[in-house]
Amino acid sequence: MGTTETGPPEKEFLRFTRLNRTLHIVLVVSFLSLALTGMTLKFAYTGWASTLSRLFGGFESAGHIHRMAAFAMITIFIVHLVDVWRLRKREYGSWFRMLKSPDTMIFNRKDLQDLTGNLKWFLGRGPRPQYGRWTYWEKFDYFAVFWGMAVIGSTGLMLWFPEFFTLLLPGWVINVATIIHSDEALLAAGFIFTVHFFNTHLRPEKFPMDIVVFSGRMPLEEFKRDKPLEYEELVRTGTLEKHLVESYPPVVIRAIRAFGWTALTIGLSVVVWIIYAMIFAYR
Amino acid sequence: MTIGRQKKRISGAWMFALAALALLAPKVRAQENADCFNCHSDKSLTGTRRGKTVSVFVDEKKFAASVHGSLECVSCHADLAGAELPHADDLAPVDCGTCHDKEQTLHAQSLHGQAVARGDALAPRCVDCHGNHDILPVKDRRSPVSPLQVPFLCGKCHREGSPVQRQRAIHQDRILENFSESIHGEGLLKKGLIVAPNCASCHTAHFILPHTDPRSSISRHNIAATCTKCHAQIESVHRKVIRGELWEKQANVLPACVDCHQPHKIRKVFYDQGMADKDCMRCHERPDIRSSKDGRSLTVNADVVHNSRHAKIACSQCHSEVNASHIRACETITHKVDCSSCHAEVGQEFAKSTHGQLLAKQDPNAPTCKECHGTHGVLGRRDPASPTFPTNVPDLCARCHREGSRAAVRYTGDEHQIIERYTESIHGKGLLKSGLTVTAMCTNCHTAHSILPKSDTASSVYRANVPKTCGQCHHGIEESFEQSIHATMVGKTDKALPVCSDCHSAHTIQRADKDAFKLDIMTKCGRCHGDIAKTYFDTYHGKVSQLGYTKTAKCYDCHGSHDIRAISDPKSHLSRENVVATCQKCHPGATRRFAGYLTHATHHDPKKYPYLFWTFWGMTTLLIVTFVFGGLHTLLWLPRAFQMRRELKAREAAADRDQTPPVKPEDDQQPPEKNE
Repeated sequence: MGTTETGPPEKEFLRFTRLNRTLHIVLVVSFLSLALTGMTLKFAYTGWASTLSRLFGGFESAGHIHRMAAFAMITIFIVHLVDVWRLRKREYGSWFRMLKSPDTMIFNRKDLQDLTGNLKWFLGRGPRPQYGRWTYWEKFDYFAVFWGMAVIGSTGLMLWFPEFFTLLLPGWVINVATIIHSDEALLAAGFIFTVHFFNTHLRPEKFPMDIVVFSGRMPLEEFKRDKPLEYEELVRTGTLEKHLVESYPPVVIRAIRAFGWTALTIGLSVVVWIIYAMIFAYR
Repeated sequence: MTIGRQKKRISGAWMFALAALALLAPKVRAQENADCFNCHSDKSLTGTRRGKTVSVFVDEKKFAASVHGSLECVSCHADLAGAELPHADDLAPVDCGTCHDKEQTLHAQSLHGQAVARGDALAPRCVDCHGNHDILPVKDRRSPVSPLQVPFLCGKCHREGSPVQRQRAIHQDRILENFSESIHGEGLLKKGLIVAPNCASCHTAHFILPHTDPRSSISRHNIAATCTKCHAQIESVHRKVIRGELWEKQANVLPACVDCHQPHKIRKVFYDQGMADKDCMRCHERPDIRSSKDGRSLTVNADVVHNSRHAKIACSQCHSEVNASHIRACETITHKVDCSSCHAEVGQEFAKSTHGQLLAKQDPNAPTCKECHGTHGVLGRRDPASPTFPTNVPDLCARCHREGSRAAVRYTGDEHQIIERYTESIHGKGLLKSGLTVTAMCTNCHTAHSILPKSDTASSVYRANVPKTCGQCHHGIEESFEQSIHATMVGKTDKALPVCSDCHSAHTIQRADKDAFKLDIMTKCGRCHGDIAKTYFDTYHGKVSQLGYTKTAKCYDCHGSHDIRAISDPKSHLSRENVVATCQKCHPGATRRFAGYLTHATHHDPKKYPYLFWTFWGMTTLLIVTFVFGGLHTLLWLPRAFQMRRELKAREAAADRDQTPPVKPEDDQQPPEKNE
């Protein structure tokens, strides 16, 4: 981003495709909507909740928003799966090669090594691990979505269509689904708004946020520092140039930052609210 | 049946002879009656009378029980004395006058007797009123001439539509009807006072004559004497009309009783009442008349009295103890007006009420009748101008029961601001805003005269009596409530059971279809059903309700409101038979499995809800583990991250200084290979 007074406009590394970025934006919006509307019910016993519920236009309207967001999330999940399918076809040709490649999302030996290496680094017992395209916490976040989609999505559908599901399942399954749906959502929201926020945005060297997932671009310096293995691989294969793009103009960056700020604020507010509800109003 | 005097004497002689025989030779006489009954006890025995075949059966038992049971048959059927048996048909008519010659004479002269003499087929003879073989004493209530029976006996001929009434010149109409509504008829027929006058009391029994006949008991000359047989001191009452004694002396020049008190309609007054009131008003209409004791005005506005409910009540009926012989008739009055002399029942109720008890203790705050009803201008509670008209009652009671007023300051209970709250309640709005006079107001629940505190078992607002009190209007609800577990468990449990006011309150009753009430009712249920209410709030239904929306199921949506029954009761909304239909009210596709949803689920009870308990703890464990790892990872990272930040800043600062980005790798970036 930005230009130096002497050289030509500095190129940036393109980490995320346009589709990925779009999907993440939709994910953020739908996730926040789901969390906010869902929490009004989960923490119905707090004053917070009823205020928020009224803000959403009542529980019915909040329910509609919740289901629309759920629909959006399921849609982007499917779109992503299709995208992965096409990526495999385009770049790897087979699942095996794709999943065994250095850029794989699947946890592998390297991730275990990175984890232990990172823990050692935390404790000052070693250097910071050299990460590739995806760090192990990024992979964790990625698969958390799969887990969440399966657990929250399936139970959510049960709560959405209880009359249908009880054609086969006993009525108490709906109660069980309620607990799973709500606690898993608590886990998802809690994890995203704390651990993911810290790992990605709030950790001091990135503070206050890392906008790469929205802009798709990261400065080459940062890329070299954060993903040295990927950088070296690109340099080695001489394909780095293909991944370098122009920076966005400042106005776009500002818009992205505004969006980011909003999402962060909402997320952190939810955390405050959850903590308040758990500590002061739990029943 | 005209009887000669000679024959009477003969019959007298016969009687004597028979009596002698009865004493001397009972067997012979007995045989004689027995001889008659030999044939006449046969129910199928017939004979001829004036050419017609008639039954000549005589009930021996009834005869024996009659007043004439000790007489011989031939005492009356004199023409058969000594006759050969079986005797010929067509006996001579029995002559009652043989013994009852006085009555016989009177009857003969009466209207009835004259008609008989004329051969009027409708004319009544002795037998028509008294019967024949079964004559009972007048004092026997079964006798047709006993006082209570007389109106019916006379009415046989003198009722509307009878041949007598239609074909003979009778100048009065609706005699029986009017009589039965008159004060005399009411006394006799409704109250059963046998001393109350019946037809014969005025008309006599046998000497019945038209009022135009000067000998008649109801002629102008005689009517006063007839009335004063009972109304002995009537002259003193009527002194304002005329000197009463003149009635008996000069009845022809004075109005007769019936001129004012129409015959048969007595009490259906057309005469002017309260004529004596003018005596009172002579002084009391003066605007400056004052009590010599306390100086209060004693002026009475005649118009006010005239327009009041008591318009037709004389002053002295309330202000009793007056003495008419005094010029100031009121100077003998020693007591205040006692309304209960007429309103006796109300008076008794009032005396038992809190108001009445206070009055008995001479409490200065105790309300008396006039406090609510007023005095001379008393109006009925149906008169909108009356303070006791429904829409005025809250204000009336508020005079003392408004916060800070004399009744409210001595009240120690927990109902406060009652007037204000009532006004805002659905009843208050119905009454005062919508003007529905049938809406419940103070006296509908507390009664008008039997007001008692709710602690008194006789009070209309005593717990156990509340459903009945509310049920006066909400009858259907009372009916279903009486069948509910809340009512049917009364006496079977020592747990407190609710009545109407526990959920609806007393003075702040709200419309049950308003959100505020719908939401509040759950806390009402929760006061007793605490645990079950708590677990309800753990479910979706409960959580939405908690947010302040009324669309999801609340206690009463499933359990019913007034008709709550035990779930084991087949009539319960939640019985096995009904539960699916109950769910379907909101979830049209609900099935029996759907109804298996736990509406009061809690994940805190491993015995009752093991699935929920273990699901919850499984999820909680998952959460804790994830957050512990995520949190630890983050916390451990933090110091390093700060260090990185410092180094980055330092490098940026250096770069700014040098204008060239430093490419020298840092320490932690140097050994990239050694990851293990």
